[in-house]
Amino acid sequence: MIEARNLTKRYGPTVAVDALSFDVRPGSVTGFLGPNGSGKSTTMRMILGLDRPSAGQVRVGGRRYHDLRWPLREVGALLEARSFHPGRSARSHLAALAASNAIPASRVDEVLATVGLDGAGRRRAGKFSLGMAQRLGVATALLGDPAVLLLDEPVNGLDPEGVRWIRDLLRSLAAQGRTVFISSHLISEMALTADRLVVIGRGRLLADTTVAELSARSASLEDAFFQLTSGSVEYRATRSEERAS
Amino acid sequence: MTATTATREPRGRYGLAQAAKMEWIKLRSLRSTWWTLAIAVAGTIGIGVAVGLNTRNASGDLTNNALAGVVPGLLLAGVLGVLTMTSEYSSGMIRATLAATPRRPLVIAAKAVVFGVVMLAIGEIAAFLSFFAGGATLRHGIAAPTLGQPGVLRAVLLSGLSFCLIGLIGLGLGAIIRHSAAAIAVLVGGVYVAATFVANIAHSVGAYTPIIIVGNSLSTTNPVTCGSSACGDHLLSAWAGLGVLCLYAALALAVGGWLLARRDA
Repeated sequence: MIEARNLTKRYGPTVAVDALSFDVRPGSVTGFLGPNGSGKSTTMRMILGLDRPSAGQVRVGGRRYHDLRWPLREVGALLEARSFHPGRSARSHLAALAASNAIPASRVDEVLATVGLDGAGRRRAGKFSLGMAQRLGVATALLGDPAVLLLDEPVNGLDPEGVRWIRDLLRSLAAQGRTVFISSHLISEMALTADRLVVIGRGRLLADTTVAELSARSASLEDAFFQLTSGSVEYRATRSEERAS
Repeated sequence: MTATTATREPRGRYGLAQAAKMEWIKLRSLRSTWWTLAIAVAGTIGIGVAVGLNTRNASGDLTNNALAGVVPGLLLAGVLGVLTMTSEYSSGMIRATLAATPRRPLVIAAKAVVFGVVMLAIGEIAAFLSFFAGGATLRHGIAAPTLGQPGVLRAVLLSGLSFCLIGLIGLGLGAIIRHSAAAIAVLVGGVYVAATFVANIAHSVGAYTPIIIVGNSLSTTNPVTCGSSACGDHLLSAWAGLGVLCLYAALALAVGGWLLARRDA
């Protein structure tokens, strides 16, 4: 369970996240959608206590992240693909994080096998492809067998096989009763993976609904998304006819 | 998901012990750590040997001569301290670290404890080996100093300790500045270049700069008899120098820790 209440982040005069309130419930995959620059990553970082909210608060499992007793056993996160030192092996990276939360070392090999990196565990992670780096990030998130999972753009850099693998993995984790919160700007992928959706634009909540309900509003989920975010797209390329006029 | 061995949650809460274990695995699992330490030790000893071979005057401070490599060797200790912190930011590892152990003062405390202990061990190895190697290579019938002579053991021990303290100053600077190149520039510029500059224009202030403290207070058997009265008058005693150096390290770590706790990661 993730509970955001009036969550706000200002950078000087810019409001990145604007009084955001939503709940992410266990047992389903919740997609976090929004155009580029809408505040998804900032929100994710505030949930993890990496960025301090300017106002409001967010709780995970009823507590502020800072107050969790064994954070990695409660929340697993994939924030950016490369959140590891390039000179360290995948095993050492995971072993170090495991030690910080008294997670048995045997768990390192388990998660490496789960993400399909068992053959690459001793290689320096800096040599990994983007897809492998993403898998290491997922392994990091799974390390503490947490009840809450938070993944920022998890399909980035994955090949089609990897995309299907992560979709199946996330759905099975949710089916086990875990809270799974994934941000993405890929609507088609969300349509396949998520049950619920939290949609934001310019840091504001635009919809907190189910995939089925939002899809029913328009011809497709994509159309519904564009209608919803039409007023809040930050960076839009100019169409050729617009430039001509 | 596969069988989960992590499910049984231990009692209590993560603390310094867990955070320190993480930092120890991080430090030892980087090849660059061991290369840097090996070069620091070898360089310190090498300079001690070179000075030993070229010593012709038995009346000088032979212990200080044998420890001549300590000040250059310290540079690597400081740089490694900086990188221990800044590489977390350049690689993005800091987010994983802070997500695992969100109490940030604990993070810098764990780093300081682990890095400090490692640098203390390495520093003492470098200082003692350098002392014996420098003494063993003395020629021209000059007798090597022994640890039993007045002030000698203290000079060697404090020289080793200085690796730990300069390393911690580097760690603190890394936490304050967060960018490797900038932090190393401040370390080298502040600790070495500016210190030397200040020491040359104002002896009384220069005595408080880290390099003068290490070179002329900690690593000498008796700082007051360093030769010329011009420097002798102003130098700190070994213990006062140690106190000032500890203060610098504590200050760098405290400011670094305070900023780490305040800033977004």
